[in-house]
Amino acid sequence: MRHLMSPLDFSVEELDRLFDLANDIEKNPKKYAHACDGLKMATCFYEPSTRTRLSFEAAMLNLGGSVLGFSDANSSSAAKGESVSDTIRVISCYADICAMRHPKEGAPMVAASKSRIPVINAGDGGHQHPTQTLTDLLTIRSLKGRLGDFTIGLCGDLKFGRTVHSLINALMRYEGIHFVFISPEELRIPDYITEKLKDAGITYEEVISLEDVMPKLDLLYMTRVQRERFFNEEDYVRLKDFYILTSEKMEKAKDDMLVLHPLPRVNEISVEIDDDPRAAYFKQAQYGVYVRMALILTLLDIKVA
Amino acid sequence: MLNVGKIEEGFVLDHIEAGKSLTLYYNLGLDKRDCTVAMIMNAKSGKMGKKDILKVECDIDDLDMDILAVVDHNITVNVVKDGEIVEKKELVLPKEITNVFKCKNPRCITSIEQGLPHVFVLADEKKEIYRCKYCEEKYKQRVKTVVQ
Repeated sequence: MRHLMSPLDFSVEELDRLFDLANDIEKNPKKYAHACDGLKMATCFYEPSTRTRLSFEAAMLNLGGSVLGFSDANSSSAAKGESVSDTIRVISCYADICAMRHPKEGAPMVAASKSRIPVINAGDGGHQHPTQTLTDLLTIRSLKGRLGDFTIGLCGDLKFGRTVHSLINALMRYEGIHFVFISPEELRIPDYITEKLKDAGITYEEVISLEDVMPKLDLLYMTRVQRERFFNEEDYVRLKDFYILTSEKMEKAKDDMLVLHPLPRVNEISVEIDDDPRAAYFKQAQYGVYVRMALILTLLDIKVA
Repeated sequence: MLNVGKIEEGFVLDHIEAGKSLTLYYNLGLDKRDCTVAMIMNAKSGKMGKKDILKVECDIDDLDMDILAVVDHNITVNVVKDGEIVEKKELVLPKEITNVFKCKNPRCITSIEQGLPHVFVLADEKKEIYRCKYCEEKYKQRVKTVVQ
């Protein structure tokens, strides 16, 4: 039985098969409409997350399965002090697969070690959020036609942004990628990541100005500066609007550059960009459902002819 | 110069970083054993300048080599029988170490889940970096944080 804890749990070849399946689901959704008839997914969300939970639920419902679960630790047995190990043992009796989000890092791994059903890490604190990374990879692969041979700019909070760290780790396995890290000094990419890139012989540059690098980018991954990561409100206020992607800046970008964002967006992408064909962040949310559908089928070992 | 006599049966831990032998004594659980221990601190050393030495009269099988390797794999382990050194043991970094160090990340599941072992995995052998199996937090403080 397989679980998904980290985007690196799958080899590059396995990811290719997963993305092929996701693209087939995109083209032939009806073919998969009953693939999970009679099966149940438990969504155990110990902290609120509208998008990820609904994406998982939509994925299971699209496959003909049903969904049960909770969306807040206070409405679960965790409020009574039940351990993650005990909860998953019980959930294993009720459902066929489980997506778990937990504020404590490593909680889904503990669940997976005691579970009789596949467990998907739907985000564990600031640690991993593998299905977001799979979503990002599928979006790039589907819209660019390749995973590799491009220059990607990552902009915003590169210090605390777990989606960024996870995406870099996943992209490091592909050839010909040049990273451009765009952030204020205070939110620079951590040294351990740049050291890893150096060790692997992967090229990167660190800049502060987004405008200057726009013409060279094939992809721009924008991130939100998250209030909850700051101890000091003053620092947050100073940095939250450091980057705002406007149509003026987009004029400098290539015609086929793509703008990605894990969402939710606050101010970092101006709404005037939404209708620009290069804005791919809402398509990205759609690909998130396809990749979760493919993941559910893969982990449940369901083949659709 | 201070003179500490030979031991008959047991082991001698040599080349311990100066000042670390007392912590090592607790790390190895020697305080809980009924054996004679001589602790020599700040001894002169050609190689290290100053070093600590532990002489322990107990069976070498009682010594947890994994703990010793993680704490400092440069320590020399001499096995003594009938008052003579009969073997020098080489320390190898274990791939995984359980319930020796405590994960200090307050966001780690080990901070709330009852009965969960604290497991550290060797993530980078060259740089001797261990990471928590659950949250991947780097193990930073050498020697000090031991699960009781």
